[in-house]
Amino acid sequence: MIRFAWLVPALPLVAFFLIVFFGKRTPGKGAPIGIAAVFAAFVLSLLVLSHVAGGGEPVERSLPFFQAGRLELEVGTRVDGLAAVMMVVVTLVSLAVQVYSVGYMHGDRRYTWYFAALSLFTGSMLNLVVASNLFQLLVGWELVGICSYLLIGHWWEEKENSNAAIKAFITTKTGDVPFLFGIFVLWLAAGTANIGEITELVEHGEIAAGTLTVAALLLFGGAIGKSAQFPLHVWLPDAMAGPTPVSALIHAATMVAAGVYLAARLFAVFAASATALSFVGAIGVVTMLIAAVLALVQDDIKRVLAYSTVSQLAYMMAGLGLGEPGFTPSQFHLFTHAWFKALLFLAAGSVIHAVHTNDMRAMGGLRRQMPVTFWTFLVGSAALAGIFPLAGFWSKDEIIAAAWHSGHDLIFVGALATAALTALYMTRAVLLTFFGEYRGEAHPHESPRVMTWPLLLLAALSVGAGFLNASAFGVHTFAEWVHVGPEAHVEPFSWALAAVSLLAAGAGVAAGVALYGRYRERDPLRAAGPLYTFVERKYFLDDLYLKGIVRPTAYTVAAAVNWTNQYILDGLVNAAGWVARRVARLVDRLDRRVVDGAVNGVAFTTNVSGGLLRYIQTGNVQRYAVFLFVGVAVLAILITRVA
Amino acid sequence: MIAEATIRLPFVLFFSAVLFAAGVYGVLARRNAVLVLMSIELMLNAVNLNLVAFAARLGDLAGQVFALFVITVAAAEVGIGLAIVILIYRNRETINVDEVNLLKW
Repeated sequence: MIRFAWLVPALPLVAFFLIVFFGKRTPGKGAPIGIAAVFAAFVLSLLVLSHVAGGGEPVERSLPFFQAGRLELEVGTRVDGLAAVMMVVVTLVSLAVQVYSVGYMHGDRRYTWYFAALSLFTGSMLNLVVASNLFQLLVGWELVGICSYLLIGHWWEEKENSNAAIKAFITTKTGDVPFLFGIFVLWLAAGTANIGEITELVEHGEIAAGTLTVAALLLFGGAIGKSAQFPLHVWLPDAMAGPTPVSALIHAATMVAAGVYLAARLFAVFAASATALSFVGAIGVVTMLIAAVLALVQDDIKRVLAYSTVSQLAYMMAGLGLGEPGFTPSQFHLFTHAWFKALLFLAAGSVIHAVHTNDMRAMGGLRRQMPVTFWTFLVGSAALAGIFPLAGFWSKDEIIAAAWHSGHDLIFVGALATAALTALYMTRAVLLTFFGEYRGEAHPHESPRVMTWPLLLLAALSVGAGFLNASAFGVHTFAEWVHVGPEAHVEPFSWALAAVSLLAAGAGVAAGVALYGRYRERDPLRAAGPLYTFVERKYFLDDLYLKGIVRPTAYTVAAAVNWTNQYILDGLVNAAGWVARRVARLVDRLDRRVVDGAVNGVAFTTNVSGGLLRYIQTGNVQRYAVFLFVGVAVLAILITRVA
Repeated sequence: MIAEATIRLPFVLFFSAVLFAAGVYGVLARRNAVLVLMSIELMLNAVNLNLVAFAARLGDLAGQVFALFVITVAAAEVGIGLAIVILIYRNRETINVDEVNLLKW
């Protein structure tokens, strides 16, 4: 079955073309094509995962694509436990999101195109996941970036949305430049772009440590951009301008996880360099804390979730920064986070669908009107906050435990603080949205079933997914699927550490209830004064980027472009116009005098000679006979004389 | 072959030429279609005369055979020619070749 792993990315890509070309003419305007393709891909992914679960080795199948000098490109799939799990996550979240979108996007301006872009994104992401070599991975990496751009700017008629799309694209691109050079470094050092071969070479110590550090740091630049880590995290909250299901698929569960996935896929490269690992861990700790604090002060429900995503991705990064002990926990967190974060976004979308605003100040009391959305959102929040026994508890606890056991105190403390902050801002979001009295203008109502069913599915996963690796009960299924080295590495479960992390989460919830249990016009955190302003302005990072980098660059570039336009391009255009006029005049003269003259001359000659010759044609047979005889006589004389 | 008993070739050729010229004149100058046909017959017979004369002179029977073919073809030609003349007469009430000028421009 694993032979057909290549079909998993191929199916949504085929669906993309089908939807683009035939979507508008088919019933359902293309949505059923995308859903059917991703469902088939999901079933195939499950079969692939069953192969891995059955103890199968990583399977690689590659074909040479082309060769240019030393560069040998191939296309292929490399399926190990990590890739198989990712495939299941991507296809299932995509399936839930596409079904949900049928309801959410009903009657949209670009309904068919929306589904086409979703399919293209899913296919590209799956290509990134299964890619057997770095260049193929890069193709998927860039394609998901483009899809993200397209979908964030889906409602581009509003300037704000297209600005957000451009910001997301350029910010991630800033990370992609070092990423590209990282690939080059690794390829030059290893002589191959194949991930399996690179891993083997690194493990046998055939690549110099310094080179590996450089490659890992450059590659991590791409991960920082894609996974919205500090200092390039600024694009993700703005990316919430896109339709909410898009945020759930791309900016919560899958694409932003690509950075973490990349670091895990090339874990050998990172693990070989202590510098790179410390850097990853440091970025993780910084990002998780600043993003969690930012999530506290947002009024836009989607932005709360966006900063939460940044913070949780940083959790995974910090986990990877722990080295080998943190590998499985961080990927497990990636796995569980996908379910509950997709759930939270979709539930938030359901709320937005009902009240027509993102602003939590205009919500409140929705638990009565929207029971399904309320309960699923509550489940997602609890899972995210790490409440026992939901999915987030198990994965988060594993990272905290791994940090403690491997002696990374900074990461341990940062993770605990983030856990408390996470619980606090999620409590705030739940209380502001669903409790108290309704403060908005709309008439909220529960969403249609096509939207609530995906919520229920994801809620079930948010509850159950954690038990795949519930070490307290001796379950290590996930660790057997996803691990580095030949054997799964299992940490003993520590009830004391679990109690500490639960305590942190409990403290967060308690603080949240104390602060927001009763709704107040003025956010109680404003009492912090200038500190609050500092956080509210996002640590002035956006201002710094805009005033320090974007504007000066943009003005210089614009001036240069303007000058080039005015003097060089316009000059070229004008010169071309002048030459064209001259040539045209010449051709005109040639046409009138020579060509027309020849044509008229032929006609005139024919006319005159015809007029003259017609006098010979008397119709008198005897006269013709005279000509005939004269001609024969002349010929006879000539022949006899000459002969 | 006894040379004294034969007519000498130049006489025959001269006679033949006169006959041919008479035929040419008839074809070119006469207006009556029947007479034009008869003039063609004259020219053909002038040719026959030449053929037979040269055959006798050269002792080659091929010329005589050729003359017989020409006579056969001439008979056929006269048959078709007269049929055409009759049809023209039926259609146009005349056999004057000057008046048969439908093909004139």
